Amino acid sequence: MKTTVLRVENLVAGYEPGLPILNGASIHVNAGEIATVLGPNGAGKSTLIKAIAGLVPKVSGQVCLGDRDITDVPAHRMIGNGLAFVPQTENVFATMTVDDNLRLAAGVMRSKSALVRVDELYGFFPDLARQRRLLAGRLSGGQRQMLAVARALIVSPTVLMLDEPSAGLSPKLVEIVFQKLLEIRATGISILLVEQNVRAALGIADRATIMVEGRNAHEGAAATLADDPIVASLYLGASKARLPATEARP
Amino acid sequence: MPDLLGLVAYGSFFLAIIGINAIGCLGLNLQWGQTGLFNVGIAGFIAIGAYTSALLTTPATTDHIGGLHLPILIGWLGAMITSGLASFLVGAATLRLRSDYLAITTFGVAVTVHLVTLNAQSLTGGSFGIAFIPRPFETYASQPAVFGLANLALIVAVVVVLYVGLERLVRSPWGRVLRAIREEERAAASLGKSATRYRLQAFALGGAIMGLSGAIHASFIGFIAPDNYLSSVTFQIWTMLIVGGSGNNLGAILGAALIWTTWSATGFFTGMVFPPEQQARAAALQIVAIGLILSGTIVIRPRGLLGERTTVSRHLNG
Amino acid sequence: MNPQFIADGLVAGAMIGLGAIGVTLTYSILRFSNFAHGEFISWGAYATLLTAGLIGYLAPSSNEGYGPFSVGWGVLVAGLIAMVLTGLLAVLLDRLLFRRLRRKGASITVVMASFGASMALRALLEFLFTSSPRYFSRDLQIAVPVVPGIRVTPDQMALLGMTVTLALAVHLILTQTHMGRSMRAVSENPALARVLGIDIDHVIHITWLLGGALACASGVMLGLVVQIRPYMGFDMLLPLFASAILGGIGSVPGAIIGALVVGVSEAATVQLIGAEWRAAVAFLLLIAVLLIRPSGLFGKRV
Repeated sequence: MKTTVLRVENLVAGYEPGLPILNGASIHVNAGEIATVLGPNGAGKSTLIKAIAGLVPKVSGQVCLGDRDITDVPAHRMIGNGLAFVPQTENVFATMTVDDNLRLAAGVMRSKSALVRVDELYGFFPDLARQRRLLAGRLSGGQRQMLAVARALIVSPTVLMLDEPSAGLSPKLVEIVFQKLLEIRATGISILLVEQNVRAALGIADRATIMVEGRNAHEGAAATLADDPIVASLYLGASKARLPATEARP
Repeated sequence: MPDLLGLVAYGSFFLAIIGINAIGCLGLNLQWGQTGLFNVGIAGFIAIGAYTSALLTTPATTDHIGGLHLPILIGWLGAMITSGLASFLVGAATLRLRSDYLAITTFGVAVTVHLVTLNAQSLTGGSFGIAFIPRPFETYASQPAVFGLANLALIVAVVVVLYVGLERLVRSPWGRVLRAIREEERAAASLGKSATRYRLQAFALGGAIMGLSGAIHASFIGFIAPDNYLSSVTFQIWTMLIVGGSGNNLGAILGAALIWTTWSATGFFTGMVFPPEQQARAAALQIVAIGLILSGTIVIRPRGLLGERTTVSRHLNG
Repeated sequence: MNPQFIADGLVAGAMIGLGAIGVTLTYSILRFSNFAHGEFISWGAYATLLTAGLIGYLAPSSNEGYGPFSVGWGVLVAGLIAMVLTGLLAVLLDRLLFRRLRRKGASITVVMASFGASMALRALLEFLFTSSPRYFSRDLQIAVPVVPGIRVTPDQMALLGMTVTLALAVHLILTQTHMGRSMRAVSENPALARVLGIDIDHVIHITWLLGGALACASGVMLGLVVQIRPYMGFDMLLPLFASAILGGIGSVPGAIIGALVVGVSEAATVQLIGAEWRAAVAFLLLIAVLLIRPSGLFGKRV
């Protein structure tokens, strides 16, 4: 039996009172796995991950990290609890250097070891080390994504959550970024990945949850889901669109 | 019965001042209540109107330029034109920028206008101001009660005309566009240049109404000086609108009545409590009181006493 | 034209600059123009005056002019204490007023509240201390020539030195410390800052403390060079905004440079046209910037 590191139960959440976008979503992430949440546009995937991170008001339901109930923990305390989040857009401070972006994250921990961790991460992301003096706003799309991921790892989180890291990247870059996610998993960090790019996500995930209209509709091992006709029909039925391919979206 | 007549004279004076403030407040309601434009230089626009009217209507004099001795109504019209034009220019320079910039610029206008009234001796009479401004019904000046009532009637008539006119304007397609722009900045952006044009029109018209308020005040008192137009005037008018209920023309008038009454009452109170040599000092407490009322209203009841009536229906009509 | 205006302008610019840093920081982090910022200048000056009086009562020697300066160590210590007090006043005002409105989300209402607070705070000073001016010292200082045609008093030199020190300190805080990086982060993207674990309320507190303390320093300088009166801060408001916008709102070096431009332009106007028109200079500069380059010299966003 695997230990569950992140458990979300019956989460109802939305930006405006009375207009929930999540209508009772339940997902979980096991220790050392990459779990992915898939679903058509507007299914509430992004709202789900933001609600877990404390950025969208929760109406009811429960979020637990390990044994701790973090449902009502404010967004800025999540990282201290071991939950890191990489938003989809505007996920780096463009007017600050790469180094300042990382030092900012390290500073939150208020310990010397965090600064050592900055150097460790430069080792893990050699591209960033070469550009540490560059303003983050001048980085390419792929490098920005790497910086955002690196910055989330500074605190050595238990769970790393990513909101569509493939968005706007070329297939080649998606491959590089996702390869990095596998390396991160290998260090023992569990990952929750929300994706539009179904094929790429199923390619690296251990387990997948399909969301439709604010709740989870289907769940299973990533390897089997990739070929599951039920998933394809669910997906197609809900989105009335073809299954997104691995090609980069505009 | 001299006492009764005195009371009538005082009462009509008091109500006339409320009416004059209500006019300024209606102008602000068009700018802020309907359009969401933040004017921190109301005193400046009122001063421009007051001085324009004074220069146009005073008899020939050597103290300052002007002295054209034109009819009072022409003076008021002139006041609306100059204040409206000044508002137009300020709006044209700042309305395309962030809303704070309009606030800062209008604040600067008030400071600069005050400076001009103080220092441009030949234009404004300097710190002595301008006296002998012709008053309506001057022939009755020897009978304060009649004079007061006649002026009050005139001012009430102006308030009513403005109220009816503004209410019609608010309900017109033009007024609906204004509110749409105020509510939805993004929708306003999609209107592009025309949104700025609508806002500019509202700002200039509101400024013209403020100028009219200044002109009427000058004609009513017969004397103006730079210190009539300090930032405390701006502050009072704002408090009147916020307390009365911004977005509501009736609220603007109600607020003017309430705040002016409060102002006078606190003045009366400090006058009784503090010895004469401490009066100037005690007057500061009046401002503190109004400041607390303003801040308290914004925090506790931001809609004011009479909030905007059309809010719900507007959302329903989508 | 007598070059003296340059020295006078730099001294004025230094005082404006310390206030403008606060305006630009509050604007970039809280996204509103604080019309009550001028009151921090006045309250800071009066707080220093009172504290210096108290210190003088306890240690009479503290009031004697130190070396060539018009005031003694008492004013210096009092100024430091008052900087903390003024910072706390700013935090208190935020707690009581601005924070409640910020939570409701209407940013322009916060501007209005700051305008109301400014009137009330100033009127309160007028009630407490009357409108007659006060002075830290009645000593007259002899200006000494520094370069041909330019004379500066020892006080003015010390104040310029202190301004440079404070501005450098702010610059170092913003670029080299975690709090400074957090402030820049909140200014650029508050949502992302929260995700990173930055406590925005804490950053806002520090911003007010810093802005209030610098405003107090500006008020003390104004009190030393000119006089202390309830309207001193209010009269600085337009130059503060003009400097912050001229320098590019959000930019600390920009605020200082903008302030120096405003200060020197004012001094030149006083010399060429007359002191009575000085207050119009900031307005004309403001209009010029808004028409020509609304983002200011170093700003990016409007």
